[in-house]
Amino acid sequence: MTSLRPSLILHGRPYVIPVLLLLVWEITAHSGLVDSKFVPSLEAVARRGWAEIGDGDLGSDLLASLRRDMTGFVVGATLGLSFGLLMGFSALARRLFGPLLLVHRQIALFAWIPLLSAWFGGGEDGKLAFIAMAAFQPTLMNTWRGVANIPPSYRELAAVLTFNRLDFIRTIALPGAMPEIFVGLRSALIYAWIATIGSELLLDISPGLGGRMNEGQQLFEMDLLVFYLFVLGFVGVLLSLFALRLESHLIRWKAR
Amino acid sequence: MTNLLAVTNVQTTAAQQTPDRALAPALEITRVSKSFDLGGRAVQALSDISIAVEAGEFLSIVGASGCGKSTLLRLILGIDTEYEGDICVDGQRILKPGPDRAIVFQEHRLLPWLTVEGNVAAALRRSSLSKPERHRQVTEHLTLVGLETFAGAYPAQLSGGMAQRVAIARALVSRPRFLLLDEPLGALDALTRRRLQDELKRIAQDQGITAVLVTHDVDEAVYLGNRVVVMHPHPGRIGAILPVTTESARDRSNPAFFASAIRFSRCWA
Repeated sequence: MTSLRPSLILHGRPYVIPVLLLLVWEITAHSGLVDSKFVPSLEAVARRGWAEIGDGDLGSDLLASLRRDMTGFVVGATLGLSFGLLMGFSALARRLFGPLLLVHRQIALFAWIPLLSAWFGGGEDGKLAFIAMAAFQPTLMNTWRGVANIPPSYRELAAVLTFNRLDFIRTIALPGAMPEIFVGLRSALIYAWIATIGSELLLDISPGLGGRMNEGQQLFEMDLLVFYLFVLGFVGVLLSLFALRLESHLIRWKAR
Repeated sequence: MTNLLAVTNVQTTAAQQTPDRALAPALEITRVSKSFDLGGRAVQALSDISIAVEAGEFLSIVGASGCGKSTLLRLILGIDTEYEGDICVDGQRILKPGPDRAIVFQEHRLLPWLTVEGNVAAALRRSSLSKPERHRQVTEHLTLVGLETFAGAYPAQLSGGMAQRVAIARALVSRPRFLLLDEPLGALDALTRRRLQDELKRIAQDQGITAVLVTHDVDEAVYLGNRVVVMHPHPGRIGAILPVTTESARDRSNPAFFASAIRFSRCWA
């Protein structure tokens, strides 16, 4: 029993601040100091959430957002991976596209929304273009860096083993860059999720979590808004956990 | 001054010995000089190096850091071909790396994403052997270094000594004529180091391979080499080429070993 307490304190630490925050929230909501219209109580949020789950709204909106997220992610990450490999391997590509891509990185993601919506419209195409662009940038940069960071000693080894270019790419460069590529894909997954909600909030209203939040804002239903904020955080955490799992499975040699 | 005299003497002896051997040198380094460009300033790494290595010989090159011994190995490998003079195998100048020359570096340089077996097999990537034959060669060479049961392990699971053994197997698996060893045991603890020296000696004798070992350990150079080249730094040049004539002088348990090791240390210092 004595060993239980220290471990409880140790393992409980990460939860202390969130629980305290929720407590402060709940006390504030009930104190009458602020309008409960602005700060809904936690039980109101829970009740609203239960209703959302019950009538299937949560399920269908979540599914719509996730489908949008994944489509944009796959397009953006594929382009980012291909371009990243090209930049890593080809000096000519670096000279041609390098400056452009580095400048592109300096522009805030959301600054592209006006242009993209003019080109692709505020509907599904514009949203997907924006999500794809969000996933493209981190995948590209990390793949490029991963290939560029192959130690010179490995290049020398390849020369000694009389590897040709293809041998070098397959046996050394790609597996060597894999950890960095995964860092890129993991950030791309998070960026794409942020961009998904951003596009749903800022572009045309459509089914999806962002659409529901717009609704909450316009109808001034704070309980709905807060509930969907929780959902967003939850989905984001699940996505990164999934990516980490996949990564440690695919790069087993690194874990040992 | 006395050192200098002794060196001249030995060099004469070595030169006299050469005509006795019928075979032409397998690897011939002739008047090689090499300088690097360090921020616009030319720094000479090697100056007028001439060594003839005969087939089946184990040649040790010993010297302090900065004497250009590793640079010399890079030139023999063919990674770097910008130098003055000639390095020839059977009279042919070396132009690029080839399967006839293999190297073990000071760090094992195993690829962490490949298993022990995969790392050794990587050296056969360019070979024309059939798949089963490759597998047989890999297993044979892992057995040679005593690691056949670790075929499926990853480099991160190995100790430093084991990893270096895998590197030796990788160097030997393509059956090169020349085995170049660039301080291969430099990073290992004394005990492992000794055990691997014995193993290298056994392997070199069994395989009849021509070996060039670069080291800063005089004992190691004497223990393994048929001849010891002593190099001096700034610029890297040959101080002496000393034959380790009798087998007793290469036997660690024999007092003659220490006598020769001390003798070589003197002309290094």
